[in-house]
Amino acid sequence: MQSSRLIALIPALALALSAASAATADPITERQALMKDQGRAVGTVTPIMKGEKPFDAAIVQSALKKLNDDAQKIDAATLFPAGTDKGDTTASPKIWEDNAGFVAAIEKYKADTAAAVAADPKDLESFKTAFSQVSKNCGTCHQTYRIKKD
Amino acid sequence: MRKLAMLLIVLLLVAGGGFWLLSAPTRLEPQLLAAAQPGDATRGEAVFWQGGCASCHAAPGASGDARRVLAGGVQLVTDFGTFVAPNISPSPQGIGGWSFEDLANAMMKGVAPDGRHFYPAFPYASYARMQVQDIADLHAFLQTLPPSDHVAEPHRLKFPYTLRRGIGLWKRLYLSSQPAVTLAGADEAVKRGQYLVEGPGHCGECHTPRDGFGGLDTSRWMAGAPSPEGKGVIPNITGGEGGIDSWSAQDIAYALESGFTPDFDSLGGSMADVVQNMSHVSAADREAIAAYLKAIPAHPNGYPATR
Ligand code: HEC
Ligand code: HEC
Ligand code: HEC
Repeated sequence: MQSSRLIALIPALALALSAASAATADPITERQALMKDQGRAVGTVTPIMKGEKPFDAAIVQSALKKLNDDAQKIDAATLFPAGTDKGDTTASPKIWEDNAGFVAAIEKYKADTAAAVAADPKDLESFKTAFSQVSKNCGTCHQTYRIKKD
Repeated sequence: MRKLAMLLIVLLLVAGGGFWLLSAPTRLEPQLLAAAQPGDATRGEAVFWQGGCASCHAAPGASGDARRVLAGGVQLVTDFGTFVAPNISPSPQGIGGWSFEDLANAMMKGVAPDGRHFYPAFPYASYARMQVQDIADLHAFLQTLPPSDHVAEPHRLKFPYTLRRGIGLWKRLYLSSQPAVTLAGADEAVKRGQYLVEGPGHCGECHTPRDGFGGLDTSRWMAGAPSPEGKGVIPNITGGEGGIDSWSAQDIAYALESGFTPDFDSLGGSMADVVQNMSHVSAADREAIAAYLKAIPAHPNGYPATR
């Protein structure tokens, strides 16, 4: 009797545990993984930007798509909840001091990456234009909303 | 008693006079200025981007062509208070009436046309290493930029830093046109890089730790420093522990051009503006800067661990 009641408890316990782990899923790790993924996408087109490799429309378009997919996943409320300027992060407190500005920077980034995908560049010059429209966002957002720690 | 009081007054006068003499503004030798050829605005544009004037003198947050309007207004937060960069566009509110000699004395001696000392938040302690001809060319270029009638707010400083005269003493300690490091056997690229980094580029103003009086500690040149704004650090860019030994010269040159580090992070903070300036500098000059950074002595981080 006793043991069957215990067994009945197990699914409930498992449910409670998984709910707890969803709540503590670390937004810092998650947003950093998303950022690193964008960095990798940039890496795939850097040899083309530098002129070390010839222009390749397929490589370029898949990198822009990747950047756009990642960009659309950035959500200020879930990935940058209040209080997550503490810990192993380079997020600046300005994200929360000027949250409207940060949200606007994300919206602009999403619009610019979507436009770059739509441009579907077919030669080096038009790719450079499309890419710099995207990559300007990296520097501008990092300028205001990030601080170097060590 | 009377004698003692007299002695005290004399001593005070001597001390006061000494301070007054030691803190007096000094200007460049007229012969040095007379040797410069008339300024060339095209060359001057290159000097403008090397010198990074737009980082401080363009309106806050300006990008693209707006960085050519030097209206002022950027705030520089330091331990001494907040400095506000003035309007230096060619207008009555800016430096429209300034001669080349005035600009050279401001940039290389930190002295205003009326003899006031400038605060070293204006990085003249680096610009002091520049060639006079570069300043003549820069002067010609600045006059081609759009005028602005903006009047920047006054600085907000703590006493006694509100008194400019004392800066004269600071200059006696720290203002010099000598190189910051001696590099034996430097080739042409490294020498050019040394000029660009230590002079117009003023990289040391951020990347080198300061001593108690706000002077750069050249024994830890480019070792990194706590951020002047109080949070975070400015990284070590020598080959020492915590620095950028793993970056190749090409990595450095590409980071200055594009903002992307070898692991495809994008440089932010106050370096983002430096990258905007450096993207206008010639590829050969970016490579020279990289060659110089690979040649300077290695140091461990110039700041305490933050985590
Ligand atoms: C809207 C703002 C914003 C934009 C746009 C942005 N980033 Fe970031 N990025 C951040 C913030 C904030 C962090 C700090 C995250 C943390 O440490 O918690 C960061 C961190 C990073 C990191 C370090 C991640 C880690 O492991 O610590 C990389 C790499 C990166 N970004 C690359 C990029 C690239 C490449 C782009 C452009 C293609 C880009 N970012 C665009 C805000 C932005
Ligand atoms: C790090 C920020 C910074 C940079 C970079 C910088 N300046 Fe300034 N500049 C200042 C500050 C701050 C002042 C005000 C100093 C004072 O009031 O004593 C100033 C003052 C000046 C003045 C005096 C203006 C006046 O009306 O008295 C001139 C001229 C000037 N800067 C020119 C330049 C030029 C040319 C460059 C680029 C080669 C440059 N500055 C780069 C911060 C900067
Ligand atoms: C106004 C201050 C400032 C000036 C001037 C400045 N830097 Fe920086 N620099 C920074 C900051 C802040 C960072 C960290 C940026 C980041 O990681 O987001 C940085 C990062 C760098 C890095 C990357 C280091 C790393 O480990 O990621 C290099 C290389 C660099 N700077 C070179 C230079 C050179 C060369 C100059 C002169 C032409 C210069 N810097 C001038 C503030 C400055």
